[in-house]
Amino acid sequence: MKIRLMAGVVALGLAVAGCGGGARVDTGATATAAAQPSGSGSAPAAGTVNIAINPWVGYEATAAVIAHLLTDKLGYTVQKKELKEEVAWAGFETGEVDVIVENWGHDDLKKKYIDEKKVALSAGSTGNKGVIGWYVPQWMADKYPDITDYKNLNKYADLFKTSESGDKGQLLDGDPSYVTNDEALVKNLKLDFKVVTGGSEAALLESAVQAQEQQKPLLFYFWTPHWLFDKVKLARVKLPPYTTGCDADPKKVACDYGELDLDKIVSKKFADTGGKAYELVKNFSWTNEDQNAVANDIQNNGMSAEEAAKKWVAANQAKWQAWLPK
Amino acid sequence: MSEAVATVDTPALRRPPRWVVPVAVGLVFVTGYLTLRGTASLPHDDAAAPFLAVNDARDWVDANRNDNPLFLYGVNYIRVYLGELYAAFEAVLFALGWPGLVGVLVGLGWLAGGWRIALLGVGGFTTLGVLGVWEASVRTLALVLTSVLVALAVGLPLGVWAGRSARLRRALTPVLDVMQIMPTFAYLTPMVLFFGIGPSSATVATLIYAMPVAIRITALAVQRVSPTAIEASSSLGATRWQTLRKVQLPMARETIALAINQAIMMALSMVVIAALISAPGLGSDIIRGLSRANVGFMLPAGIAIVIMAIVLDRVTMAAARRDRAAGSSPAWGRYVPAGAIAVAGLVAAGLLPAAFPEAWVLRIGRPVNEAVTWAKSSWYDVTTAIKDVTSTVLLNPLQEMLTSTPWWLVAAALLALAWWASGPRPALTALACLLALALLGLWEHSMATLTTVLVAVSVALVLGLLLGVTAARSRGFSAVQRPLLDAAQTMPSIVYLLPALALFGATRFTAIFASVIYAVPPVVRLVEDGIRGVSPTTVEAALSAGSTRWQLLWKVQLPMARGAILLAANQGIVMTLAMVVVGGMVGAGGLGYDVVTGFSQHSDFGMGFVAGVATVLLGIMLDRITQGADRRSSPQSKRMNTA
Repeated sequence: MKIRLMAGVVALGLAVAGCGGGARVDTGATATAAAQPSGSGSAPAAGTVNIAINPWVGYEATAAVIAHLLTDKLGYTVQKKELKEEVAWAGFETGEVDVIVENWGHDDLKKKYIDEKKVALSAGSTGNKGVIGWYVPQWMADKYPDITDYKNLNKYADLFKTSESGDKGQLLDGDPSYVTNDEALVKNLKLDFKVVTGGSEAALLESAVQAQEQQKPLLFYFWTPHWLFDKVKLARVKLPPYTTGCDADPKKVACDYGELDLDKIVSKKFADTGGKAYELVKNFSWTNEDQNAVANDIQNNGMSAEEAAKKWVAANQAKWQAWLPK
Repeated sequence: MSEAVATVDTPALRRPPRWVVPVAVGLVFVTGYLTLRGTASLPHDDAAAPFLAVNDARDWVDANRNDNPLFLYGVNYIRVYLGELYAAFEAVLFALGWPGLVGVLVGLGWLAGGWRIALLGVGGFTTLGVLGVWEASVRTLALVLTSVLVALAVGLPLGVWAGRSARLRRALTPVLDVMQIMPTFAYLTPMVLFFGIGPSSATVATLIYAMPVAIRITALAVQRVSPTAIEASSSLGATRWQTLRKVQLPMARETIALAINQAIMMALSMVVIAALISAPGLGSDIIRGLSRANVGFMLPAGIAIVIMAIVLDRVTMAAARRDRAAGSSPAWGRYVPAGAIAVAGLVAAGLLPAAFPEAWVLRIGRPVNEAVTWAKSSWYDVTTAIKDVTSTVLLNPLQEMLTSTPWWLVAAALLALAWWASGPRPALTALACLLALALLGLWEHSMATLTTVLVAVSVALVLGLLLGVTAARSRGFSAVQRPLLDAAQTMPSIVYLLPALALFGATRFTAIFASVIYAVPPVVRLVEDGIRGVSPTTVEAALSAGSTRWQLLWKVQLPMARGAILLAANQGIVMTLAMVVVGGMVGAGGLGYDVVTGFSQHSDFGMGFVAGVATVLLGIMLDRITQGADRRSSPQSKRMNTA
């Protein structure tokens, strides 16, 4: 019985080997697929662009506008795939993702997929400037005017105590995928604080809203561009100013976050064969205000991403005309 | 309880009362903590050797995906075929259009359980459309069907085989344990590594979770077929194959239907997490709602999952029950109306547009959000107080004790407790698991998670006992409670975590809240069942002897339902562990956070995966400590056995 089963498996294996030479997963660079998953590795020539959707609204806004232009003005089909950053980058290699429309640094991933594996490349800035920083609700800055300087934080540490931070003040961080130096900063600036990681963006958003509504003290990691600034008044805490290279050694960082130039990343294959779609992605560039307008419509005005993108496109003809391939 | 023992067991001095051991262990432990605190503790290190080893393995797979024969002739084909299977299901379901799909489903419902089930089907599936999530629901249905089909194709034969071979059963049990307790998050990234992004890897992730229950229940069903029936069959000269086909399978049919039912339920509970690797369907709405902190946005999808679970559950259960009654009514009496409904649906599908009419969609987002905002602002003070008290009184001291006591003292205390509760073998297994946690480099985080689990299980037990006892005493309460329990178990936790986040903040307490909601339903059901199971004659005897209702409960019903209650504790632990990772997203820290980090940070992949393994070890450890308790004979049961 066992032997028969084994023989069957071997025979099947041989048959498969004989007729197919094995199923190779399309890696973009060396695409010799004998059997390819349908829908993946989608040749942009067939008119499909796979856009990864990372989980924050600003990203969704950018992706929605690009997707709208691709389908409406250039006639492409767009597949949106909701993925976290790390997984999205892995998708460049397997051909399942063509474009990431807003990348926040991620030097480790750039090194792996752009420099070493050569399956992706940067398609230039989105025009958005990403700034990470520490924030307190505006009411705190009004009540304690000197709180917005890191040197005075220890004086107020007691205010920020929570059930999670013990006898220290709490500094709330977000999703573990975010770029952060907070542990090192607290240590190197000798702050009497403990970094408590919420674990998701939602943890930050809910805490920030409650901090304003219940007048509860909160010190947290946040970033612009973000729609939250339209809803909750926040004040940024000054850290020692950023100078080039001051964050080179992650363990010794003692300066503020630098301004990040957010960029678009595309798969090598898309860059080579993406034609007009690639041109559009490469040319795309807008301001933080543009993104916030679209994101705010999605987040607070009950519009779907598509509706919000359509509205922005209708109102900003001059801007997107410049992105269309000549 | 002890009074009763004293009156019956006259040689009471034989052995000390049962509570001596745990109290002594507790005392030694606290003394040890107070004197030795901070020595021989095992602090967390983000770059422990096991984590790095897993990272290396990941890089190897990454580099060899297109050269290694295992991939070329195995994994890559599975990936392709699963993708196609999903695509086929999706295409068929969409081709039916909404009237056609409702028609076919209702026809099936009719066939399974008559007009009641049919009506439930119409109501349920139309509601999906009214909620505005028709398309996403169809995709989710296609994903569930694909993974359940594959899970059954592999699981049923394996289950039948395991039912007939004790050796295979023993070999499978630990594997199935791992498949069920391992947090899905921990293997999502490996899934992507092997099967890519999208339906194929979502299918695999889902079926890993859905298959064990199908195997287990099938094996149990085949095993339970009466040995006399099998003997009779073989003495009449039937071969093993004939015995299986003509005797064992037909007799086990009803239970196998239960296996299918449970596989579907498990698959549905995976829908949301699989969305993190771009599984199509309702899950993605929920993930998007989370990043927008918008309950109103994700609630329709959450309700849709609950509705789908209830409809599919009732249909499959009705089908299981009907098999027994089959033959009593002529076949055409059922097939004709069922066929007629299905055909009517298909005809309607031809006439009506395939998309669900926009005008019928009810937008519930805004009112829901208003209600949530109101709750958030008016309950805040109460919820913060509850959270703070629990944290200072229970969580912080317990966690402080477990993390800063020398590891060998924790191990010794655990060994003593487990030995006392379950006997030597389970105790040694539990000890091995605990030591493995230390070797994996996750001691501190495991202790933090253990704290949360212990507190959550205690709360769930107290709550479950209260609700279960009440339900056992009042049919009306039980009937009102049942759909709520169904919803608590199938509603994706992320939906109610968002308001919980606002009310409790990003804290361990929020994670405990989610675990309790998830773990209470099985506890309530087991307790209710256990108390109902106490024989009516015993109850009557107690009542006629003049017991009050309170005495009846305390002295008779609860002690006699002891087995069920201990099983409830055991189940509560397993359910709570399943929530550990979700807790990591809302501030629980510990292993759950490690797993979430591993999923999001390239360099922490190894830590995430190892933390998943650690969760499994923790689960096995707690199971071994509690499982013995209900097998070990209590004074009461001894007395009853001899009586």
